[in-house]
Amino acid sequence: MSINIKFNNIVKRYKDLTVIPGLSFSINKAEFFTLLGPSGCGKTTLLRMVAGFNSIEEGEIYFDDVIVNRMPPSKRNIGMVFQNYAIFPHLSVNKNISFGLENRKVPKDQIKTKVDEILNVVQMNQYKNRMPSTLSGGQQQRIALARATVINPALLLMDEPLSNLDAKLRVELRSSIKNIQKKLGITTIYVTHDQAEAMAVSDRIGVMKDGLIHHIGTPQNIYHRPASLFVSTFIGHSNIMESKIRVNHGKYELVLSEDYKVEMDNIDTHLVKKDEDVKVSIRPEEFIIDHKAKVGLNGMVKSNVFLGVTINYIIELDNGQCVEVLQESSLKSQIMEGERVKLVIKKEKINVFRKDGFVNYTLGVINDIDINQYNLEGDN
Amino acid sequence: MNKRKDIWSYLTVLTFVLYAILLIFPLIMLLKSSVQYGDNSFSLHYFQKFFGKQYYMDALWNSVKVTVAVTFFSVIIAVPLAYFLTTLKMKGKNLIQILIVVSSVSPPFIGAYSWILLLGRNGAITNFIKNTFGLLTPDIYGFGGIVLVMSLQLFPLIFIYSMGVFKNIDNSLIEAAESMGCTGLKKMFKVIMPLITPTILAGSLLVFMRTLSDFGTPMLIGKGYRTIPVLIYNEFISEVGGEAGFAAAISILVVIVTTLIFMAQQYIQKKKSFTMNTLHPIQVKDVQFRKKIFPVSYIYFILFLALIPRIYVIYTSFLATKGQIFTNQFSLESYSMAFKKLGSSIQTTFYLAIVSMVVIILFSIIIAYITVRRSNKITKIIDIVSMFPLLVPGSVLGIAMATSFNNKPLLLSGTALILIISFSIRRMPYTIRSSSAALEQSSVSVEEAAISLGASKIKTFAKVVLPMMISGVISGAILSWINIFSELSTSIILYTARTKTISVAIYTEVMRGNFGVAAALSTILTIIMIVSLLIFFKVTGNKELSM
Repeated sequence: MSINIKFNNIVKRYKDLTVIPGLSFSINKAEFFTLLGPSGCGKTTLLRMVAGFNSIEEGEIYFDDVIVNRMPPSKRNIGMVFQNYAIFPHLSVNKNISFGLENRKVPKDQIKTKVDEILNVVQMNQYKNRMPSTLSGGQQQRIALARATVINPALLLMDEPLSNLDAKLRVELRSSIKNIQKKLGITTIYVTHDQAEAMAVSDRIGVMKDGLIHHIGTPQNIYHRPASLFVSTFIGHSNIMESKIRVNHGKYELVLSEDYKVEMDNIDTHLVKKDEDVKVSIRPEEFIIDHKAKVGLNGMVKSNVFLGVTINYIIELDNGQCVEVLQESSLKSQIMEGERVKLVIKKEKINVFRKDGFVNYTLGVINDIDINQYNLEGDN
Repeated sequence: MNKRKDIWSYLTVLTFVLYAILLIFPLIMLLKSSVQYGDNSFSLHYFQKFFGKQYYMDALWNSVKVTVAVTFFSVIIAVPLAYFLTTLKMKGKNLIQILIVVSSVSPPFIGAYSWILLLGRNGAITNFIKNTFGLLTPDIYGFGGIVLVMSLQLFPLIFIYSMGVFKNIDNSLIEAAESMGCTGLKKMFKVIMPLITPTILAGSLLVFMRTLSDFGTPMLIGKGYRTIPVLIYNEFISEVGGEAGFAAAISILVVIVTTLIFMAQQYIQKKKSFTMNTLHPIQVKDVQFRKKIFPVSYIYFILFLALIPRIYVIYTSFLATKGQIFTNQFSLESYSMAFKKLGSSIQTTFYLAIVSMVVIILFSIIIAYITVRRSNKITKIIDIVSMFPLLVPGSVLGIAMATSFNNKPLLLSGTALILIISFSIRRMPYTIRSSSAALEQSSVSVEEAAISLGASKIKTFAKVVLPMMISGVISGAILSWINIFSELSTSIILYTARTKTISVAIYTEVMRGNFGVAAALSTILTIIMIVSLLIFFKVTGNKELSM
């Protein structure tokens, strides 16, 4: 039953304002695909275009081989979970869930078994005859999920389904969502601005900004080898440093300070030019505080925060830049504020970007969307 | 809360005593006089008389028929209108909304009298059709006329409620239905209708109560089609053959009916009610011209029907009159006549309305505060009692007060005070509701914060509480103001020559056949209403109105 989806150069415009300037990518059968991005990036707009609630100005969306541009939402065989649940307040839990089945003219006895089944899946059996107003937000969202999936849709669409819930419930429900999706094998598009949530549930994530998807990849791909500087800062935390690539006897060196140069063996030599200015993205855990190192970045501890597993340091480098450094905590006492330290980097983990941030020079980037198609220029 | 006595305790007692004397006492007196006959201290004579004669039963039956029909047609007219206006993209929406609301704020009987001018035996349209096509138009008098006039007068109430509820429906509910394959009429009946039903019921109750208690319309256009308020008025006022006790008995029956209806509505409301959290309101859709034709013409047709009587009255007010008949000449003589003969009634109405407003504002603030923040047994009673007037038709309250305050030491009959009291009591429920709704939205902790920062109770009230509830108070008060101007059923019973309001003046002029003067006064009244409404929109910052 589940389908693949293809986006072919689709454009969304509101009057003169172009929200999505043209996107082409595809989503696989039975995949859990997440659109992740800051608010206003166009992810919900894109989702609603798939649902049929927003018009498509240019391009096509395919469900398998069928163009759905002009198909009304009711004919698209989708299940949708809304941010505010959209539970019908005048109908009981039972009636809410059987609503879609009744519209599909499913026989009564089948409706009953299906409703019971799905209530089991979302663990809400005992609430079958309740009215929605007596349910908590988390329970309502389970019902919304049950209602959307009971019709056995070809595609499940979820628009920030957890954003109205508290943190603990979010974590609990996101694993339920993932499990149910796996069990039913429905192609799913999930929209969120919460990167931890996206990481936890997705097979692949599309990271969006200003109507463009910068990177489509597995959570590992986008975390370790982000396709653009934006992706590297939006997913997790990254320290961005200005640097330069120098070629020395055929070896590529990253110049981090006058005396700290790191030889890189994973730079894409086809892309990078000699003496090119670059931006380096270093995650807090990619720094090592090493007093014995001969060379490194010198700095002074500005603050230290003990977080249990790790200690978080803010270190002011001698060039004035402040960087965040994460170290595993140990039984030894932590480094005090004001102490001088020396930092070295885990060179195999860091990412080197073109100065404008739109090209990752590091080898190993896996991106299922071509970021060069956008002709992006300037800094991001 | 603090158990010690403070100023609110005294105000609670004062309010309680005032309600006991001014509302409970008259209602008890009404009950008493309904069960007394001749020298008997207890007799069901009047009730037997009522149920014993077809004549009286017919009036009851007529009232029921009219009320049900008007409520039905109001819903039928208003709900699609509100739906179209919510979902359709068209120009001048706000103006249309305002015009519809404006059309509702004049006394119903002016509508009746205007429709008589248009469609009556000698009406403008009647004559036009007779002279042009040689056809006779259907008779406007009687049941049909009452239903036409009242429906067009009262559908805006349902309209206002419907606009509110359509605004509250979350678009994702509709989208959810569509995504599950529920569209078109099915969507209308399975999703939209159930969602709006509780609100429509609340609006219907208002229409029901107003129709049931309206006196002017059936009196003017009924022509022998007797309804209960007409019966009560005739029994009470008429010098020959009228019996005050009998009027009281009928009043009691009416109150029983309204109470039952009210309770039924509350019961259904409670069972059916739910809250909606609205993140995305329904979006305006721009559809093809072809699909727009019907909704747009519907909107304009209803607007036309609602406005035509008002416009025609204004038009005739500028015509010269010859006896009872309008001529084709324009003239301001109706206005000069109106000011000469009845200018004082304009002053009187303003005076009564302003004083009543002050009373309403003061007591609404007090009652809202004590019922929301100082909940105890007495304030609970006050809360319930203050809503009584919603169930008591104006003429019933009028009779109750007229009979109760006829003797010393409470000799109020014929004074301006009795009108002020009745206006205030009748209109207070609306202001109390909007005030306490505003107060309920604010948290007690805000007050506690002020007190913890060293503000006295009075200062806290003045600087913190009052500003929080003032928007509710003002919007309620302006609506009360509008209602006082258009009120007829109580004042027609309580007025004297010195306390004749504009509505009463228009009514008496219509009854005497001085249509020119009536039209001029109606126009003045309409202008006052529109100005008041515009102030209301300005103050509340929106185009919504809840009555």
